[in-house]
Amino acid sequence: MSTTAVTQEGPAAVAPAPTVGTHVRDYWRRVRGGDIGALPAVAGLLVLCTIFSIMRPSFLTAGNFANLFTQGAAVTLIAMGLVFVLLLGEIDLSAGFASGVCAAVLANVVTVLGYPWYVAVLAAVFTGLVIGTALGFLVAKVGIPSFVVTLAGFLAFQGVVLLLMEEGRNISVRDPVLVAIANRNLPTALGWALAGFAVAGFAAVQLLRYRKRAARGLINDPLAVVLGRIGVLALVLGLAVYVLNLERSRNVLITSLKGVPIVVPIIAVLLVVWTFVLKRTSYGRHIYAVGGNKEAARRAGINVDRIRISVFVICSTMAAIGGIVAASRANSVDPNTGGSNVLLYAVGAAVIGGTSLFGGKGRVLDAVLGGAVVAVIDNGMGLMGYSSGVKYVVTGVVLLLAASVDALSRRRASATGNR
Amino acid sequence: MSATPLLELRGIDKSFGPVQVLRNVALSAYPGEVTALVGDNGAGKSTLVKCISGIHPTDAGEFVFDGQPVTINSPRDAAALGIEVVYQDLALCDNLDIVQNMFLGREKRNGIVLDEPTMEQMAAETLAGLSVRTVKSLRQHVSSLSGGQRQTVAIAKAVLWNSKLVILDEPTAALGVAQTAQVLELVRRLADNGLAVVLISHNMNDVFAVSDRIAALYLGQMVAQVRTTDITHAQVVELITAGRSGGLGLAADTGANGNGAAPSDSTTGGVS
Repeated sequence: MSTTAVTQEGPAAVAPAPTVGTHVRDYWRRVRGGDIGALPAVAGLLVLCTIFSIMRPSFLTAGNFANLFTQGAAVTLIAMGLVFVLLLGEIDLSAGFASGVCAAVLANVVTVLGYPWYVAVLAAVFTGLVIGTALGFLVAKVGIPSFVVTLAGFLAFQGVVLLLMEEGRNISVRDPVLVAIANRNLPTALGWALAGFAVAGFAAVQLLRYRKRAARGLINDPLAVVLGRIGVLALVLGLAVYVLNLERSRNVLITSLKGVPIVVPIIAVLLVVWTFVLKRTSYGRHIYAVGGNKEAARRAGINVDRIRISVFVICSTMAAIGGIVAASRANSVDPNTGGSNVLLYAVGAAVIGGTSLFGGKGRVLDAVLGGAVVAVIDNGMGLMGYSSGVKYVVTGVVLLLAASVDALSRRRASATGNR
Repeated sequence: MSATPLLELRGIDKSFGPVQVLRNVALSAYPGEVTALVGDNGAGKSTLVKCISGIHPTDAGEFVFDGQPVTINSPRDAAALGIEVVYQDLALCDNLDIVQNMFLGREKRNGIVLDEPTMEQMAAETLAGLSVRTVKSLRQHVSSLSGGQRQTVAIAKAVLWNSKLVILDEPTAALGVAQTAQVLELVRRLADNGLAVVLISHNMNDVFAVSDRIAALYLGQMVAQVRTTDITHAQVVELITAGRSGGLGLAADTGANGNGAAPSDSTTGGVS
């Protein structure tokens, strides 16, 4: 199996440079060894999309494609924050209603008090920060298990939303900027420009890294693989932007409806920022370290408590952003915003994407891929006319499936000494 | 060689509440030599190591490092002096690769961005300097390594920082025969590279295989510190279990440290 050299002697290693063949074989060996990453999510996405397109042709329309993004956005954003908490092997069950509280604050500030939209957004995000700090403090400094702290939060925040809504009143959000977040689209040209910018940026980062490593004589991924990654990203983005830029209005005479939903670049920017934080900064490295072996991290001089508090802050802040998007999409906030299935969908999204519930393994991209799976299930089953009862059962089963894949691949990984 | 010790402890006392764990302990570690610290369970070996590494403050006594009196109040102070400890339960993260583990908590950065190429290069150089050739890729996760390889990574992590004194807490306790030999060879190489090494071990074979000096603790007291060539296997066991052996140990009552250090330098010259 291993065609790479058994020894490596210093920086000027004469190990044979990996070729595309060995790269693919290495990848396959990792998958077989239990390191399956986002493979189930991608495979599941393809299977689900195929099934739904055959059963309901309306699934495969530009209009529905755009719907998927706006429907899944809030859950995906919350899931992105949850990844950080899950990386430490903790859980945040209050993230759903935390997003509800933040949305309620947003609606109160902008509609009831009449402040401009940016004040409301700041207030909502600040509320998320405070919630996260409180949760993190209780978990890290007081030492209550995160399950209990956030379960208490789940109940209490549900009550806070009710109080902020004055016992069940529904507050509408009419501010044009806030409504635009989840309901308006980018101009078609801007969509193409952003996609081109993203691909160019990704290519620059990848090629620069390739050159830097090559200059130092370090082992590199084969150039073909690097170019392949750039090509796949360009293809996916190009296709998505093309479809989203198609006219999807039922009657063009009344209104024109085309372009990338505004929420898409918001998710994309947050994805890039958080991925950068996790993979390229020492703070991110320390999160993985604490998730992998808390004692080792402590002995390496890492302030474990600070890391634990910070992930809850990130999670609740992302929940706040998710709450803002949810409020924008519904044009209002009601006592059930962030309630019912939001939290489990978000946890499910992170786990389906390949983030481990046992800590130490996961990426922000997982949340986006898993969020897409959840959105497709929800959307497709809605189109097929199933009741929400069936939808809940199916989503629950999918979450269980994802968690079993996680547990089984972990067992396989420890059996093969891989991970 | 090595007339002056790199680290010299004198009169170290340490109590946990009413329990006095260390009494008037003296210990010297010399550059280029492996000092084996032996003693039965509860003799105070781990406590002594934690005092040296700054985890526990001492109640009394003095530290002399490189000829200068120093105080060590925290692990950071110890690290600043160049003291590194490799713990028994391997402080490595399974989900990180070798380079990430070696630089954990002390990552090299360019601004806020991690400088991966530099770290990978330094890790490769360190491993090459220790003649480690058993690791396939520096980017493989630590979870895929064997026990001996993990211990190697942990030791390489300790020497990465131009450390002067490396303390190894039972580095071979969980290893098989071949891997033990591998790690002991590495321990010997550390000393040959000029570092002072303190090796804690229960295994007499290991101790006699690599150490230049043996320091025996008995119930919190340093009963002897002698050259390995001046003592037999049986004598060490007696020191560990009874605290005395012939002229050595408690009965002699001449101060633990004086026993071995002075005459041994004349009798045995270069060990390495």
